[in-house]
Amino acid sequence: MKNGILVALTVVLMTGTALLFESCGKSQPSAPPNSEVGLVFDVGGRGDKSFNDQAYRGLQMAKDSLGIKYQYIEPGGGSDRESALRQLASRKSIGLIFGVGFIFTDDITDVAKAFPDKKFACIDYTYDSTKAVPKNLIPIEFRENEGSFLVGAIAGLMTKTDKVGFVGGMESPLIRKFQAGYEAGVKYVNPKCKVLVAYAGVTGEAFKNPAKGKELALSQYSQGADIIYHAAGVTGLGVFEAAREMKKYAIGVDMDQWNEAPGRVLTSMVKKGDVAVYDIIKEWKEGKFDGGTPRVFGLRDNGVDFVYDNNNKPLIPEKVYQRVEQLRKDIIDGKIKVPTQ
Amino acid sequence: MISQIFSLAFLAQTIRITVPYSLASLGGVYSERGGVVNIALEGIILNGAFCATVGTYYTGSALFGVACGIAGGLLTALIHAVISIHIKADQIISGIAINLFAVGITKFVLEILFQSSSNSPRIAGLPHIHLGFIENQPDVANLLGNPLVLATIFIVIASHFIIFKTRFGLRLRSVGENPEAADTVGIGVTLYRYYGVLISGALAGLAGAWLAFDQHSFTDGMSAGRGYIALAAMIVGKWNPLGAAAACLLFGFAESLQIQLQGGGLPTQFIQMIPYVATIIALAGFIGKAVAPGADGIPYEKEK
Repeated sequence: MKNGILVALTVVLMTGTALLFESCGKSQPSAPPNSEVGLVFDVGGRGDKSFNDQAYRGLQMAKDSLGIKYQYIEPGGGSDRESALRQLASRKSIGLIFGVGFIFTDDITDVAKAFPDKKFACIDYTYDSTKAVPKNLIPIEFRENEGSFLVGAIAGLMTKTDKVGFVGGMESPLIRKFQAGYEAGVKYVNPKCKVLVAYAGVTGEAFKNPAKGKELALSQYSQGADIIYHAAGVTGLGVFEAAREMKKYAIGVDMDQWNEAPGRVLTSMVKKGDVAVYDIIKEWKEGKFDGGTPRVFGLRDNGVDFVYDNNNKPLIPEKVYQRVEQLRKDIIDGKIKVPTQ
Repeated sequence: MISQIFSLAFLAQTIRITVPYSLASLGGVYSERGGVVNIALEGIILNGAFCATVGTYYTGSALFGVACGIAGGLLTALIHAVISIHIKADQIISGIAINLFAVGITKFVLEILFQSSSNSPRIAGLPHIHLGFIENQPDVANLLGNPLVLATIFIVIASHFIIFKTRFGLRLRSVGENPEAADTVGIGVTLYRYYGVLISGALAGLAGAWLAFDQHSFTDGMSAGRGYIALAAMIVGKWNPLGAAAACLLFGFAESLQIQLQGGGLPTQFIQMIPYVATIIALAGFIGKAVAPGADGIPYEKEK
C-alpha cells in the first residue's frame, strides 16, 4: 500500500518533469537555424548585480538594437556547465554560444571542438599560449589589473588611515590580477599605505557566500582599513553590508554598484562585459566572427574603467580625479606597466 | 596578531558565526533526542532564510519576517516528520531529499518573485536595541543590541532545562531512547517524535532568519553547509543542549580565526582548512565516545 503510493508519486513527478521539458522544447519551433544566441552564466547566476548581470546586459542590448533572440541557462552545480553548453550548442536555432567566466575555459574548449559548425565566445577565458584555441572560439580577456590600478590609486589617495583592504572571491589567477593591479595602484600614489588581503575560498563557491564576504570585510575594517575593494561576485555584496554597518567605504567591481550601499560606494571598477558580448554578437551577425586568438579589452579599448558620475562626484575630490586621469593616460601611453600577478 | 584575536571585534565575529550554528544544532538535539535523525537541517535553514526574506520584503516588518522564517522551517520539518515518522522511510534519505528540494524550490520561487535565481532585493534588518556605548565599533554594538542574540542565549539555557528537567523532556528522551517502553507506559511515541522534529524545524528556521537578516537579502544556497556543521556540533556536544552550543562556539571560533589569519603570510589554502580540521580533531579525539540516543534513526513499529 505504502509502496504503491510512493510509486504513484514518482510516476506523477516524472511525467510532470517530462511535460515541462516538452513544453520548453515546443515554445520556439519556427526559429531559423543558427539565428539565436545562447549564454551560460557563471556561478553567481543572473541577478548577482555584478559580472553575470553585465553579460546579460550585453544580450539585452543585442536584442534591442540588433533584434537578436537569445536563450540562457543558469547552471546549478559546477558539473552542469559543460552539459549546459552542449545543450545550447545542440539546439538548431542557436549559432553563437557564450560562456561567462574563467571557470568555463576547459569546458568551452572541448565543446567548441565537438561542435565545429557553431561559434563560441568565453568571457575571462584563461588563455594559455601553449595551447591552441579552436577557430570557432573567441577568448575574451579584460585587463582588470589596469582598471584595478586606477581604483587602487583612488583608495590610496583617499585613505585617512593609510590602510585599505581587498576581498577576493575564489583564489585564482584571475582574481589575483585584480589584487595585483589594485595593490600596485595603492602603492604608486601612497607607498606607505598597507593593503590587507583576504580571499573567501578556493573553489567556485567562494563567489556566492555573502555572509563570508561580510565577515572578511568587517574584520578588515576593524583592523583599521577605511576603504575595501572587492572582486568577489555575490560574496562582495557582503562587503557592502559591512561598509554600511561600519560607515566606511567600499569599491565595487564589474559594474556600477553604487546602489548596493548608496553613499558608501566610492567608485566601481567597471568591466565592460556588456560591450564585449554586444560587439561579438554584432560581428557574428555581420559574418565577421574571427576566432582562435584572444580579444583583449583594456583601458585603451575602453574595456575597463572606473565610475565617476553625479552619484559619487561629491565623494571624490577634484584633485584626486585629475591625478587618476593622468595615471590613466600614463598607462595607455605605456609609461606605467601594471603587473598582473 | 595576538591583539587581533583578543579584540572585541573578534569576539563579536565569533558570536555572529556561532548564533546560526547553535540554533540549528539545538534543533538537531530536539529531533534526535526524540529518535529522528535530522539531516534536513541544512534545507530547513535555507527555506527559513528564504521565507524570512520574502516575508520581510513584502510587509516591511522584520518581526513578521522572523515569524515567516520559523513558519518556513516548521513546514519543511513537517515534510521530514511525515516521511520519517508516518511513512517510516529512511530518515537519511528523506533528509537528503529535503536538502536538494530546498535548493531547487528557493531558486524557483526566487526567479518567479524577483526575476533572479541568485539574489533577492535588499531587505531591512532587525531593529537593534541602541546601547549608547561602544559607538565607535558599530559591528560590536549592533551585535550586542541584536534581539536574536539574546534570544539564542535564552533558548540554549531553556533547552537544557526543558530536555533534562521537565516532564516533556523526559518523555521526548524516552521515545528516542526506548520507544517500546515509552509506549507501554502510555506515552504517544508518534506525537512526541513530531514535537521533536517540529521544534527542530522552528529553531533551524530561526537560524535561517538570522542569516537573511545578517545579510539583508537572500542568496541562493546561503545556508552554505551550516546545517551539517550544526549536526557535527550536536554530536560533539553529545546530544546535549549546552554541549552542542559549546561545540558551536568552538566551530565559530575556528572560522573566525580563519578569517582573522588571512593576509598574515600563511597560504590561503592552509588557513581555509582550519574550521574543518578543528571539526575532525574535535570529533576524533577530545570528546571521547559520543553515544546517540538508543532508537535514534529507527522508525517505531508498534507491535500488533
